[in-house]
Amino acid sequence: MSTEFVDNDRKPVGYGRMLRKEDPRFVRGKGRFIDDVQLPGMLHLALLRAPIAHGRILGVDTTAAEAHPKVKLVVTGAMLAERGLAWMPTMSGDVQAVLATDKVRFQGQEVAFVVAEDRYAARDALELIDVEYEQLPAVANVRTALDPAAPVIRDDLAGKTDNHCFDWETGDRAATEAAFADADVVVSQDMVYPRVHPAPLETCGAVADYDAVDGGLTLWCTTQAPHAHRTLYALVSGLPEHMIRVISPDIGGGFGNKVPIYPGYVCAIVASLLTGEPVKWTEDRSENLTSTAFARDYIMHGELAATRDGRILAIRTRVLADHGAFNGVAAPTNYPAGFFGVFTGSYDIRAAYCAMTAVYTNKAPGGVAYSCSFRITEAVYLIERLVDCLAFELELDPVELRLANLLRPEQFPYTTRTGWVYDSGNYEATLREALRIADYDGLRREQRDKRARGELMGIGVSFFTEAVGAGPRRDMDIMGLGMADGAELRVHPTGKAVLRVSCQTQGQGHETTFAQIVAEEIGIPPADIKVVHGDTDQTPFGLGTYGSRSTSVSGAAAAMVARKVRDKARLIASAMLEISVADLVWDKGSFAVVGDPTSCVTIQDIAMHAHGTGELPDGVEGSLEAQVHYNPENLTYPNGAYICVVDVDPDTAVVTVRRFVAVDDCGTRINPMIIEGQVHRGLTDGVGMALMEMIAFDDDGNCLSGSLMDYLLPSALEVPDWQTGFTVTPSPHHPIGAKGVGESATVGSPPAVVNAVMDALKPYGLRHADMPLTPSRLWEAMRGNPQPPV
Amino acid sequence: MQLPAPFDYERATSVDHTIQLLDRLGGTARIVAGGHSLLPMMKLRLVHVEYLIDINDLHGELGYIRVEPTRIRIGAMTRHRELLDSPELRRALPIFHDAERVIADPLVRNRGTIGGSLCQADPSEDLSAVCTTLNASCVIRGRGGERVVTMAELYRGPYETAVGPAEILTEIRIPLRAGGSSAFEKVGRRAGDWAVVSCGVAVWLDGAVITDARVGLAAVGPNTTGIPAVSQALRGRAPSETLFAAAGAIAAEYCTPVDDQRGSVDYKRHLAAELTRRALRRAVARIDGREL
Repeated sequence: MSTEFVDNDRKPVGYGRMLRKEDPRFVRGKGRFIDDVQLPGMLHLALLRAPIAHGRILGVDTTAAEAHPKVKLVVTGAMLAERGLAWMPTMSGDVQAVLATDKVRFQGQEVAFVVAEDRYAARDALELIDVEYEQLPAVANVRTALDPAAPVIRDDLAGKTDNHCFDWETGDRAATEAAFADADVVVSQDMVYPRVHPAPLETCGAVADYDAVDGGLTLWCTTQAPHAHRTLYALVSGLPEHMIRVISPDIGGGFGNKVPIYPGYVCAIVASLLTGEPVKWTEDRSENLTSTAFARDYIMHGELAATRDGRILAIRTRVLADHGAFNGVAAPTNYPAGFFGVFTGSYDIRAAYCAMTAVYTNKAPGGVAYSCSFRITEAVYLIERLVDCLAFELELDPVELRLANLLRPEQFPYTTRTGWVYDSGNYEATLREALRIADYDGLRREQRDKRARGELMGIGVSFFTEAVGAGPRRDMDIMGLGMADGAELRVHPTGKAVLRVSCQTQGQGHETTFAQIVAEEIGIPPADIKVVHGDTDQTPFGLGTYGSRSTSVSGAAAAMVARKVRDKARLIASAMLEISVADLVWDKGSFAVVGDPTSCVTIQDIAMHAHGTGELPDGVEGSLEAQVHYNPENLTYPNGAYICVVDVDPDTAVVTVRRFVAVDDCGTRINPMIIEGQVHRGLTDGVGMALMEMIAFDDDGNCLSGSLMDYLLPSALEVPDWQTGFTVTPSPHHPIGAKGVGESATVGSPPAVVNAVMDALKPYGLRHADMPLTPSRLWEAMRGNPQPPV
Repeated sequence: MQLPAPFDYERATSVDHTIQLLDRLGGTARIVAGGHSLLPMMKLRLVHVEYLIDINDLHGELGYIRVEPTRIRIGAMTRHRELLDSPELRRALPIFHDAERVIADPLVRNRGTIGGSLCQADPSEDLSAVCTTLNASCVIRGRGGERVVTMAELYRGPYETAVGPAEILTEIRIPLRAGGSSAFEKVGRRAGDWAVVSCGVAVWLDGAVITDARVGLAAVGPNTTGIPAVSQALRGRAPSETLFAAAGAIAAEYCTPVDDQRGSVDYKRHLAAELTRRALRRAVARIDGREL
């Protein structure tokens, strides 16, 4: 990893390494997060949550809570039902209770809320609400959710007699079966991708401020998609959309957790409507971990068909998906399994088929894109583990097996057997770069020596292809909203600029990256470009930040709006220099007369002229600004090769990740420092999921992972010094060739870690053990007793 | 933000003042030292406290490590960080340094105290295992004066101690004997996590023969446990890998772990054996002047 960076005094005008513009306010404690929002007269809301996973509500007595001297309002599900607000649509065609009316369906479900003068009083008053439950048997085990005898969770849905949520399939079943029938070798493996949680350090929250005089609602909210949320609030509440302003201020991490609309947001709005005062709701850590959107929770059975010499012919998988009590998946409408359809991975596979069944259980709803680009994490884990299982069976080196099957550069654009059009890639070069950095052959020699001494060292490889930047409007929408993003650029008279974008940063460094994109196009230094985001009244419409779509969609919009401004600047320059447009040459930041570099005008000169009184060309208006709305033509497909080196203590089964090499190809690189930061985060995430993270439940559906002492996040002590590298294969259809990188490392790293651990345990004859590979679980596997975590 | 129920707060100025406050406020008062266990439990509303008596101003009175010829006295307000950083303590009882390196994180170690750790009586608490290993005794003061209890007497079950409602643990006394050393081993799921199992060992040699040895295990029973059978098996024997393994097997047999998110019963028994073996190996090497 390079530790060099260009000092901000010498920062690039355009792409390159520079410190983040937003960081001074964060390192000085001047960030403004939801909980920093203070309004005059603001009240505080606390949610009462279900203590049990499944139970009928027999009665709710709020008398004592209402008598608390500081309590202003107590609202139950029944009261919301009177206003038609007890249920709300989810982003995937289901409904979810805002406050439970009939039953509670997961532990931690919202049952009632209290609004009080301060947050302590609101919390205290929750204990004064008396809810009588008739406890029902809970469906805590996804594998038995469809048993005829299982209690029906969703009896709110008319005619519902089981816990079936949806079926989904992709690929060609017949062709795949034929390929399997002819294959020399078939490997099959059951594997679980456990339920994990995005666990942003800032929990979710909102401040709702309804102005009864003008009828306007301002909602400060932890949302990754302020514009989409505004539209949904308008559609659901009936408030006119132009009177709703959603502000997403500084966000302390999203990772998909802040894509859905949570009952707490709706309750805050209702509370402000009913009290006429601003109302703040901030969830606590346990509420965040137990009630907000989880990710993964796929039980997968995967199979690969191959020739004896290691040519992969076909892949087939069955998936049982645990969606919790409500289907709260945040994914484009026609993609109930997100982009899991890319499970053919990075390989030239001739046939593929997936059949998925999703079920309801008495667990928290969700299924968000937790740094996974809509379920690609699960897909990549499946194929990358299967490839290692095949290597195990064929006694082939996993790198050789991958090299023999990776897509070749001349195959791009490549249409997979499940219909995805990969835009570009040079997979072999990317993998070879990782092998070079890691000194793969040297590692294998070291491993041989160590094995001879009884030491357990493992080398794990993964290659991933991501599909990000959702998405083309012909294919993709969320609740009917096309997944395009807008950008507006204004260059002020003095040549300083403001870029307004519809995506929203949660730590990704947009205020820097997008300024650099514009700087690259129009030659105004990034320091002179302010990036405005996260406020629906201040920015053009667009669908927000998730699925690594900011650079791939909004980044494209930023480049195109800058080009639009540059095109106008060119016309103005021609008037200023009294020369035809064809005789102008653009040198980042100025137009000069061809062959006469001294005769030139800078973008700053042009900006002043555009706003001044000087001559303008025919048909050109004053000012220097433009707006675009970018509809992506295709997704972009970042990819990468990861190599993980672990040591396993043969006696305690403790895994140490000793080295990790990550070579990412995200196309054009805008700010390498920010890319590396994103990759470091995702790799840490991957180590966490592979080794320790899991939202666990007991047989009664009680969540066992309600604090960060129980839900383990990795720290700096669990991860090595990351070694990053890159190749650059630009996206052919993206205006600047950038592909996005935010989730790549989260997607690519878990299989590399697990593959490394399994490689270390080869002397035990062990082919697979499920995440999380905690010492205890791994030790059980080493003595021949690998157990799935669910 | 997790919010505790209402409570009143008193700041004690001395041990005597603490006892007066406890006496006056009764059983609904709790002492807070580092607060890293009590405050989270209050915020989760697992513990309701009417009065919190803050004894952090007692650090001057109760924050000390005094090495005497035949014992070490450690004041109850001595912070983890001070135990970790004390060269005298490390020289006499390296087990403390071993343990403190793997207890929680620097933020917790800066505030947490040995007295608080012992009085919390968490079955997984590492310093409790250290004190059990070292046959420490605890000085408890109340209105009627001081009394001294052994570690076995101090613990009455998970989160329960012999410290009465109007009493305060003031000092931990650890006997010192020549010819010995000590070590601590721990397996957690992550740095800063509670132990899956942790194990302390103290061992004394006379020439080539073990004259005495003690183990203390955390997270494998209702309280940290010393296992006398291990001591018996080791006394009078020459240290060897076979002997250490046999001692480990006894530790595994006598401990009483439960299945939980941290690990299976079988794994914890296995760790009790393995960590006993490792700690013995390391402690014996230290007597020989070697660091493994």
